[in-house]
Amino acid sequence: METRNVVFIALFAAIVAALAVFPPITLPLVGVPITAQSLGVMLAGGVLGAVRGGLAVVLFLVLVAIGLPLLAGGRGGFGVFLGPSGGFLVGWIVAAYAIGYMTERLWHRLNYLVAAGICFAGGVVLLYAIGVPWSAFVAEIPIGTALAGSLPFIPGDIIKCLIAAGVMVIVKRSYPIITPKSPAMPQTGM
Amino acid sequence: MLTSDYVPGDSAVHRARPLIKVGLLFVFCTWLFLQEGWLSLSVAGMALAALLAVARIPPRMVFAAVRPALWVLGLIFLAQLFLADWRFAGFVVLRFAVMILAASLLTLTTRTSDLVEAIEGALSQFLPQRSAEAISLALSLCLRFIPRVRDIFDEVKNAQRARGLGTSWRALVTPTIVRALKSADEIARAIVARSPGPADGPAMPDGRHVR
Repeated sequence: METRNVVFIALFAAIVAALAVFPPITLPLVGVPITAQSLGVMLAGGVLGAVRGGLAVVLFLVLVAIGLPLLAGGRGGFGVFLGPSGGFLVGWIVAAYAIGYMTERLWHRLNYLVAAGICFAGGVVLLYAIGVPWSAFVAEIPIGTALAGSLPFIPGDIIKCLIAAGVMVIVKRSYPIITPKSPAMPQTGM
Repeated sequence: MLTSDYVPGDSAVHRARPLIKVGLLFVFCTWLFLQEGWLSLSVAGMALAALLAVARIPPRMVFAAVRPALWVLGLIFLAQLFLADWRFAGFVVLRFAVMILAASLLTLTTRTSDLVEAIEGALSQFLPQRSAEAISLALSLCLRFIPRVRDIFDEVKNAQRARGLGTSWRALVTPTIVRALKSADEIARAIVARSPGPADGPAMPDGRHVR
């Protein structure tokens, strides 16, 4: 892998870690803390693309697993993967990859709304589809209860999608990292 | 939250092989979660205190390791006080403190370079040399980038304040990310320029960022 890609992967793993300084809010019913860190996950996919974004999250989770307290609230260690939020952590990898994949596909049509939609699909719908059943299973509660317990966090997640979308659009304009997968727009005036 | 201070020393804890320490930390934290109880927590706490004493970590550094998490631990305590009772709240917070300290003991007694080298050594057993090097580079860079990202964020925050802009999220995050990307590109170029051996492909595919 090119050195530049390794550096970007490390950078976004560090960005996810640095976002831990914002305090987590713990969901009352299932005990899943929702943090600014999922914003970093959206950015990893939306700025770096599928493979590098997913790998950045993998790298971050490896550092967490070997015991560095990099999750919000100073949590870390392999124990966190066994708890109720384990599904959301593993889901972050899928979310970053999916957001990156959609961003690459829609690169030439990427505007603020499209980017926000991509973040919502990958960082909220897909992430919850993995995290909620997992926490229901681990905490031994019905899936409906787990889902209901997660609903209060949707507004916060939408705000994160909007912030991430703004960053994605500006980075695309001023400092693009992604090389698009979709064919370029037809050139006019040829 | 992550203190990268290394306390030089020559204790048994310092001299233990980094991978063994990582492995023990892994077992330690997993065990604390699986064996949820005051007995296992006090055994773990005493073992940790003994190791801190053997490694001669000054009490000041022990406190510095927990301090950034203190108010979050306070919040967790209040939440658990409300959800469960004071005993469980105390248990959860103490367990966090013990785990944070155990993780800090690893970073306080192991140079990051030694840790990364050890991980690279283990990976190269079953991965091609180049992949193992890329992974260890990513690990060590990430640890270096965490304080750097925070510095960039603070710089941006101060700049916005100086211009009289409020601290809106969007006004902070976007410049932080763009600056971080530029800084990462500079580091990538520096690494490519200094690494021996054949070039690993173009660092700048289209020469866009060459000034």
